[in-house]
Amino acid sequence: MLFFLSFVVFLVGLYCVMTRKNLLKIVMGIVIMEYAVNFFLVLLGYRMGGVAPIVTKGMENAKFVDPLPQAMVLTAIVISIATLAFLVAICVRIYQKYNTFDITEIRKLKG
Amino acid sequence: MWQIYALAFLMIAGSLVAVHTKYLLSAVISLAVVGLGLCVVFLYLQAPDCAITQIVVEVIALIILIRATGVERDLLEIKGRREVFALVTVILFIIVFAVFAFSALTHLPEFGYPVMRVAEEYVVKGLRETGAANLVTAVLLDFRAYDTLGEATVLFTAILGSIIVLREIGRKKK
Repeated sequence: MLFFLSFVVFLVGLYCVMTRKNLLKIVMGIVIMEYAVNFFLVLLGYRMGGVAPIVTKGMENAKFVDPLPQAMVLTAIVISIATLAFLVAICVRIYQKYNTFDITEIRKLKG
Repeated sequence: MWQIYALAFLMIAGSLVAVHTKYLLSAVISLAVVGLGLCVVFLYLQAPDCAITQIVVEVIALIILIRATGVERDLLEIKGRREVFALVTVILFIIVFAVFAFSALTHLPEFGYPVMRVAEEYVVKGLRETGAANLVTAVLLDFRAYDTLGEATVLFTAILGSIIVLREIGRKKK
């Protein structure tokens, strides 16, 4: 059930990317999709009744959740901020050149 | 467990508001609702490292997006005539995509009972072989250190690209 909810968030992001006309809205749709994928991956690694994978004294044999998706998601989060900065930089440049965020206007004008 | 469900519905609501609101600045704030909700979900899913990273990244993303939205620029969303054909095509595509993805999601292992074939080894040997008490750090910096090196490369490249796109020096004046 929770997998489906995370997928619904992904679909909302996809809808945003495909229907909006504002460049910044498209960037926001991409960010929503990134959040949904991170949510899904951490859900995959959760173990019923598990504890965070940090070994402390007396907890050596506790039931830990899966540390592998968490490490990968950590990488993905940091990369997503870098790609967001790059996307926004391109958007700001386009705005300075065309004075609009409207993609239909940008398509019409000569480059 | 019900907290995760509530937060997931909050994330869906926040993303819908972010898609449909009229003002760009409120869309950015709704996006922050999604990100911070995700941060709390990570805490409930026993992933404190991800939660810490997510909250830092969310604040930086908020600053970047507010800077891009600007104060003196056009804050309103662009309302144009909407092509009905394109909208119908998009919705049809999303429905087809959702049907196939939902049938794929039912084949996954049940929530709460993951297949831990690789990770079992990390959990058992992690402390002994790497000396790191935090197993996420052990995976990130020891078992899969090349992955982190690649991440640093991607970060460097993206920042280099942003600087090159945004710089003023050397640009032809018209």
